[in-house]
Amino acid sequence: MIADFFFVLFAVMAIGGAISMVLARNPVASLLYLVVAFFALSGTFVLLDAHFIAAVNLIVYAGAIMVLFLFVIMLLNLGRSEKVDLRGPLNRIVAITVAGAFFALLFVALSAGSQTEMAGGMGQATVDAMLQSRGAVGVVADPMFRSYLVPFEITSLLLLAAIVGAIVLARRRAP
Amino acid sequence: MNIETYSLILSALLFAIGTAGVLLRRNAIIIFMCIELMLNAVNLTLVVFSRSLGIEAQVFVFFVMAVAAAEAAVGLAIIIAIFRHYELVDVDRFNLLKW
Repeated sequence: MIADFFFVLFAVMAIGGAISMVLARNPVASLLYLVVAFFALSGTFVLLDAHFIAAVNLIVYAGAIMVLFLFVIMLLNLGRSEKVDLRGPLNRIVAITVAGAFFALLFVALSAGSQTEMAGGMGQATVDAMLQSRGAVGVVADPMFRSYLVPFEITSLLLLAAIVGAIVLARRRAP
Repeated sequence: MNIETYSLILSALLFAIGTAGVLLRRNAIIIFMCIELMLNAVNLTLVVFSRSLGIEAQVFVFFVMAVAAAEAAVGLAIIIAIFRHYELVDVDRFNLLKW
C-alpha cells in the first residue's frame, strides 16, 4: 500500500525531526528540524484527507510562525552553537520519566477513544463523498461560517489583542 | 490497525517529545518551539477524530493555529523584552519571581 509507505516515511520524519529539535545545539538547526517535523505532519494530514488543513499548516506554521521564530533568533543574535543547554542528569531522568508517563497516559486514553469512537463513526466512504460534494475547502468553511461564526470572529479579536500586546511588549522604552 | 490508530500513536509520541523538550532545555526560544510541536500534535489528534466524529473538528484546528500564532507573537515579544534586561534567554536565570 502506497499510503502506508508514505505514512511510515512521514512518521519517521516527524519523530526524527522532533527528537533532533530537542537535542540540537544551535537554535537555528533546532528550528529547521522543527520545520521538517511540521512538513511531515502536513503530509500526514494529507493522508488523513485533510488537504486544506495540510496546506494551511504548511503556510501558517512552517512558513509564517517559524519565520517569526527565526527572526527573533537572528534579532537576539543567538544563531551560534553554544555549549549544549540540556539540564543535568537528575533533571534528565525526571524529564524522560514525565514524558514517558505522558505518552503512556495518552496512549491508553487515545486507544480507548479510537476503539469506541471509530466504531460508531462515519467511514472512509462518507469522508470521500463529503470531499467530493463540497470540496476540500468547503468541508472546513461550511461549519466554520455557519455553526462557528462567533468563535471565528472572536479569534480575530484575539489576534488583534496579540498584535497590540506584542508591539507594546517589544517596544523600546521612551528615553 | 489502520492509519488512524497509528496517527494517534504518532501524535501521543510527538506530544511526549515536546514535553521532554520543555523539561530538558534551558533556552527559552527552544522551549517555545517545543510548545508549538505539542500544539501541532494536538492538531493531528483533532484531524484523526474529525474523520469519525464529524468534520467540525477541523475548524478547531484553525482555532488552535490562531491561538498558536497569537501565543508565539506575544511570547517572543516577552522574550525580546527580557533579553533587553538580562542579555540572555536562559530560563534558569529568570528567577525573580521564584520562591
